[in-house]
Amino acid sequence: MKDFNIYVTAKAGIFDPAGAQAEGALHNLDLKMIEQVKIGKFIQLRCDDSTSLDNVRQACDKLLANPVIEDYRIEPVSED
Amino acid sequence: MATRYGILRFPGSNCEQDVMGALQALGRKADYVWHGELDISRFDALILPGGFSYGDYLRCGAIAAFAPVMQAVKEFADRGGYVMGICNGFQILTEAHLLPGALIANRALKFICEDVRLRLDSNRCAWLSDEVGSLYTIPINHNEGNFICDPHTLADLQEHDQIVLRYLDSAPNGALDDIAGICNRAGNVFGLMPHPERVSEGLGGNADGAAFFRL
Repeated sequence: MKDFNIYVTAKAGIFDPAGAQAEGALHNLDLKMIEQVKIGKFIQLRCDDSTSLDNVRQACDKLLANPVIEDYRIEPVSED
Repeated sequence: MATRYGILRFPGSNCEQDVMGALQALGRKADYVWHGELDISRFDALILPGGFSYGDYLRCGAIAAFAPVMQAVKEFADRGGYVMGICNGFQILTEAHLLPGALIANRALKFICEDVRLRLDSNRCAWLSDEVGSLYTIPINHNEGNFICDPHTLADLQEHDQIVLRYLDSAPNGALDDIAGICNRAGNVFGLMPHPERVSEGLGGNADGAAFFRL
């Protein structure tokens, strides 16, 4: 088995309203040292051993992220 | 020959009966099209209705964009067939790359359900034959109607007259350039956030939506 973690976040310049609202709430809690909050998605994939990074990239490009508004980062998970 | 409309039905669509009602009230012929169908050759025009297709999981419209019927819809659109996506239907068309841009959460993070005033800003769209500058009052009903695209795409949409509808009183959802609806360059594929099917019969004193069902 191969596991991959995928992090999807709003592209730079794309307004992230959920992050902005959470940021405002943290400032209301006097945690003003927190300068920016971005809220995205965390996706876990469990794949068979033949899976390449390229396959996972395809999954992200085609479905898991929308390149118009989102960036993604793939993190292969080691077995140990 | 009379236009034969197909109204797509995805799991979670919830405006298809309103669209059917609007079309029938205008004397149009229409049938529902299940999302698993592969042959849509009997139709002249397709409407993707509003709702929450596939629960809107992942992103609004993202899963529906890969429903079995959508390959046929793409081929239909490529051949010049008329396709209109309303609300969730618009979101599906962007996710399927039949229209550019994307629809993200409303700027104020609030679901908006209210009448909006709209202006027809282009005569490129085959679905509308009114004069540019025509005004409509039509309800919106969405949480993710904030249209966004990169500057290059926006310039392209403007240059080719593809911005069909704009909110008259600035976009309540924060949409770029007050965009409420766009079409593809050929004009046969049209997506909009407002719901014309809800004000097409004049039952509440407003029949502005009827103009959207006159192919």
